[in-house]
Amino acid sequence: MAELLQLLISGLAAGSIYALAAVGFTLLWQASQTINFAQGEFVMLPAFFVLIGMTVFGLPLWLSIVFGLALALLILGVAFKRLIVEPMLPHGTLPLVIATIALGLLMKESVKEFYGATAQPFPAIFPQTVYNVAGASVSVQDICNLIVSMLAIGSLQLFLNRTRTGRCMQATAQNPAVAEVLGVNVKRMVLYTFLINAALATIASVLISPIYLAKFSNGETLGLVAFIAAIVGGFNQIRGALVGGLLIGVIDNLSAVYVSSEYRSAMPLILLIAIILLRPQGLLGTPEGRTV
Amino acid sequence: MINKLVYATALVTTLAAAPAMAELKVGSIVELSGPGAAAGTNFRDGVKMGFEEINDAGGVLNEQIAVTEYDSQTDPQVSRAMVQKAIDDGVYAIMGTVFSSSTVVNMLVARQAGIPQFTGSEAPSITSMNNPYIFRTAFGSQKGVPKMAKYMADEMKVKKVAIVWANTEFGKGGHTSFLKEAENHGFEIVADIPTEQAQSDFSADIVKLKGAQADAAFVYVTEEESARFLREARKQGVTIPLVGETTLIGHKVIELAGEAANGAMGHVGLTPDANIPAMTEMVEKFKAKFNYTPDHNAIKGYTAAYALKCVTEMVGEPDSQAIAEKMHGLTLKAADCPGVLMDVSWDETGEMSRESFFVQVENGKQVVKAVLPPN
Repeated sequence: MAELLQLLISGLAAGSIYALAAVGFTLLWQASQTINFAQGEFVMLPAFFVLIGMTVFGLPLWLSIVFGLALALLILGVAFKRLIVEPMLPHGTLPLVIATIALGLLMKESVKEFYGATAQPFPAIFPQTVYNVAGASVSVQDICNLIVSMLAIGSLQLFLNRTRTGRCMQATAQNPAVAEVLGVNVKRMVLYTFLINAALATIASVLISPIYLAKFSNGETLGLVAFIAAIVGGFNQIRGALVGGLLIGVIDNLSAVYVSSEYRSAMPLILLIAIILLRPQGLLGTPEGRTV
Repeated sequence: MINKLVYATALVTTLAAAPAMAELKVGSIVELSGPGAAAGTNFRDGVKMGFEEINDAGGVLNEQIAVTEYDSQTDPQVSRAMVQKAIDDGVYAIMGTVFSSSTVVNMLVARQAGIPQFTGSEAPSITSMNNPYIFRTAFGSQKGVPKMAKYMADEMKVKKVAIVWANTEFGKGGHTSFLKEAENHGFEIVADIPTEQAQSDFSADIVKLKGAQADAAFVYVTEEESARFLREARKQGVTIPLVGETTLIGHKVIELAGEAANGAMGHVGLTPDANIPAMTEMVEKFKAKFNYTPDHNAIKGYTAAYALKCVTEMVGEPDSQAIAEKMHGLTLKAADCPGVLMDVSWDETGEMSRESFFVQVENGKQVVKAVLPPN
């Protein structure tokens, strides 16, 4: 029982961070009808912004996080939209998808070139204290990661559903032409989407780096897992990304112990295939038709 | 117009008549991207520093060494192509690769071309293929693991052991070597836990380890995974000794794992904390040059550069074939070839032998518990 509890808690803590990254996929899908294959690198990069704040400018951790968030909003939000998405989108989805792949490579190689290839320790923002709960070792860090991720996604959901700006953003995502006719500032709403994605990526980065360590290649695995989580949960639903992320985190841990450690990384892929075959819109997604 | 033509002809003739700057080409083929970039970068920097020192001191046989770097991308097929490219570029020796899964593939190309290759890989299979051109810069796990297993049996009195290993060519080598030694020493294997390369979450693996009731765990994964493993082990309150190789207790692991590294122990072939002045001096120079603490891979690359220099000078010419022949059964003494840092020997398979250390991490430092003789 303690073993199962341990696996569930660790799986949920890891899964909540996958969910944060997965939400980015759904947000950008809705904003630009494209898949951002640099999403993993979007989560990798802010950790290095924070480290630069600490090591180069000598800022304390909390101020470095603010510095990292500001840089992320600027580079991963505004610059990404202005320099990549806007010029590429008129040429169709495929060129934009390829551009995001190139962007991911650029970000990865730049970090390697300017910061180094080796992993860097990243300071924990929550205490490392561990409590024994019914035989399971539960760290404050795991619980806080879970709570912060849930709060971030929950707040986003509330913002989108309960505020005027949020509803304008949804209208823009569903039909930009009609939204514009109705007086919505479509460009601004799209910009908000990119800024929110950058902020979520920063939160995920700060939460995950103390455990995974800060490394230029972190985005490779994380991006793939988050992509699978978004598809499993439903690519067009934020709550789907949440469910997908948590599910992948828990399944990964359970399969490593109760199925096979050797094939643990195959389990999310098996789940992905099953979902595509049985419920292509994902567990919580809604069917969506697009003209091609 | 005629004057210009005359001047141009005179210039070309003069340049052609001037003695060419002689140089010997060496290929440094390592993991500069992908999961192996940490190890590869250390090895590359070690090689670079070694040859820069050699060139500053006059080079090899009065010729400068030109090192060309190639990125294997931690991909065996790319590494194979890079070895071929280096050979096409005219190198007379190859440094790298570090990841065993790449080396087992690319060493066949160097063998075919008759080019000696100094690898940082540790999988036993590398020196068991009768390849006369492959030479290690660190022990294969079949050399290191027996020393460690003997220490576990004799000094730690271990009976039941759990094995945690990376499911890669490197990890499989250590796993196989340990199973063999476990049989020799009568260890009972109570858990056998494979892990993935670049694995981030070790909570499930630690759960399995805790449930195994082992006296000690043999942990054979690469550095960054070791750091994550040690952190999770500390979190879940693992109290049994965690024993491994350099990859569990190296300086990078200690830096990344922080306090969680304390108590981990194991066998290391090369440690900057060994009380060897030449090693300490090399480490200090490296830190000053590259602004980070070198791990064992950097020391491997550095000593490989000097081994090549000394052997080339012993042979008297940059003859790849003759160098490979000379390496077999060779002992290089640090007194004669200081850059190798410690006395070192190679046998007929290219396997190396030298003294090594059993260390434990205490207060974030490797503390040498025993000096283990060559085997």
